[in-house]
Amino acid sequence: MTPNLVYVIVVGVLFAAGVSMLLERSLTRILMGLILLGNGANLLILLGGRAGNAPIVGTTAENEMSDPLPQIMILTAIVITLGMTAFLLALAYRSWALNGHDEVQDDVEDRRIMLLAEKDEGPGTADHDVSDDPGISAPTGAGGSTAAPR
Amino acid sequence: MTFLVPLPVVMPLLGAALTLMMAGKPRAQRTVSLSVLTGTLLVSIALLVLATTDGPQVVAVGGWVAPLGIVLVADQLAALMLVVSTAMTVCVLVYSIGQGMADGHEETPLSIYHPTYLILTAGVTNAFLAGDLFNLYVGFEILLVASYVLLTLGGTENRIRAGTTYVIVSLVSSLIFLTAIGLVYAATGTLNLAQLVGRVDALPDELRLLLQGMLLLAFGIKAAVFPLSAWLPDSYPTAPAPVTAVFAGLLTKVGVYAIIRTETLLFPGGRAGTMLLVVALLTMLVGILGAVAQSDIKRLLSFTLVSHIGYLLFGVGLATQLGLASAIFYVVHHITIQTTLFLATGLIERRGGSTALDKLGGLARLSPVLAGLFFIPALNLAGIPPFSGFIGKAGLLQAGAADGGILAWALVGGGVLTSLLTLYAIARVWNLAFWRKPATSGEASPLPRLMVAPTLALVAFGVGLTVAAGPLFSVSDQAADFLIERTGYVQAVRPEDP
Repeated sequence: MTPNLVYVIVVGVLFAAGVSMLLERSLTRILMGLILLGNGANLLILLGGRAGNAPIVGTTAENEMSDPLPQIMILTAIVITLGMTAFLLALAYRSWALNGHDEVQDDVEDRRIMLLAEKDEGPGTADHDVSDDPGISAPTGAGGSTAAPR
Repeated sequence: MTFLVPLPVVMPLLGAALTLMMAGKPRAQRTVSLSVLTGTLLVSIALLVLATTDGPQVVAVGGWVAPLGIVLVADQLAALMLVVSTAMTVCVLVYSIGQGMADGHEETPLSIYHPTYLILTAGVTNAFLAGDLFNLYVGFEILLVASYVLLTLGGTENRIRAGTTYVIVSLVSSLIFLTAIGLVYAATGTLNLAQLVGRVDALPDELRLLLQGMLLLAFGIKAAVFPLSAWLPDSYPTAPAPVTAVFAGLLTKVGVYAIIRTETLLFPGGRAGTMLLVVALLTMLVGILGAVAQSDIKRLLSFTLVSHIGYLLFGVGLATQLGLASAIFYVVHHITIQTTLFLATGLIERRGGSTALDKLGGLARLSPVLAGLFFIPALNLAGIPPFSGFIGKAGLLQAGAADGGILAWALVGGGVLTSLLTLYAIARVWNLAFWRKPATSGEASPLPRLMVAPTLALVAFGVGLTVAAGPLFSVSDQAADFLIERTGYVQAVRPEDP
């Protein structure tokens, strides 16, 4: 069976929009991106089955029924996405309550090790990725002892 | 005896409901959790015995036949994974009970710990027993949601930061898996693994490669293979020690199990073998080099976890019987050893006050028991003979040498180098944390017996793997043989197919 081209394009647009929202800093925007991606994936599953009338025995003849399996899969996926959305919203709220923002932060330990490497082997050996906030890239001096044993 | 097959999934779920209802009575919760998990372990052992003697045990849930219904299949590989993972969950539960009771104050809300822990176990067992792709997805989701809750337990700033990264990466992997499921269904019309065997073979080459690539991507993020592994050392160390232990032991191995199952059953001998071998080599080397650079024991162990996943992919990528058998043996070994090491690290944190290497010292004199509990699994991880790590690695290296291609030899060299670097990383931890004179005096709180006992049991289990390596390797061999010639699986699930 060949799906309608409009649906395929819609799935593509949803995936594209979802991925671009996923690459943001704020957790709420990431969540929107995940919801869009989830909807795109659900629509993609729907396209895998035959279209037709409601698949209820007694209401429709068997050869006119739409494929019930994708509908079942989409229902399960929607419920799972619902749970995830609720959990991520709680995480975003908690992050906001603790930090005043809901931005997803980088790996702090990784950055500390890069700074240690720079201190040992000279500046410029580890490559920074400079973020917009100048406070993040600057070494804070906090962390482990300077006489780190090798 | 096929009624045993759904029990490893049903029992933990019922236990989770019961413990949630007993939210105010911690002692009742502990009793229910322990008895449920011990019962699940006994059922898993029975399933392993049945699968070895009788062949795979298949249950069509609710009586609905595939493809409209789902099947649960307990063949040798699944049963073996069930036994090892439920044994881990029992030991880690005892450890966490010891930690909770010894801590006294309710820093982490224990009333949701037990239900979430049991739901995690149910998700893991569901994933191992799944006979079709969508049930595998549901099993993954159950265990992932439980892991999100366990990782962010207590809601402290550090955990929220690490947990957010972990949740987002896992959600992306779930969405990729869901998309792959949609594509597989559109291409073949079914999701039952046994039915897919015939239908995927009939697909055109490029479509099959696309499906294989998407599934590998989804499982690869879960199993933390090289380009997709950065989330693991970022998030695992911030969880409480028993939670990290159970994550390290179980979650990545469910991803590896899914890779093994789909690669051998659906896409044997495909073009992805070379890619798997290259990814395995990179995972091994990049992981262990990351471990060597760390100054915190938990992060170091997370990097070695990533690195040794490369060994498993090595065996799967070779796709020979010896390679697969060694990979299955190594999975069992790796689950045990990583869990033990993380539990021992929790004990180190308790005794020494921190897990940062520059703040520790002199633990060998302070607590010889702890030194022994760390040293033995550490040697096992590094692949020192006669331990099971050495046996697994020897099997893998032999399989690589038997394959003979340039890439296989490169992997043999990479495997040996990784083993050496693991030894270096372990030796560094030993020297800095245990042998040198203490720089600062840590708090000398005594180790609770309930925390030492399960660690001791797991160390003994690890040594037992060495003693029982012969029978274990023959079970792995049988499982690998069963996987490679797929007709046994297909016949067991769908005897009506020609």
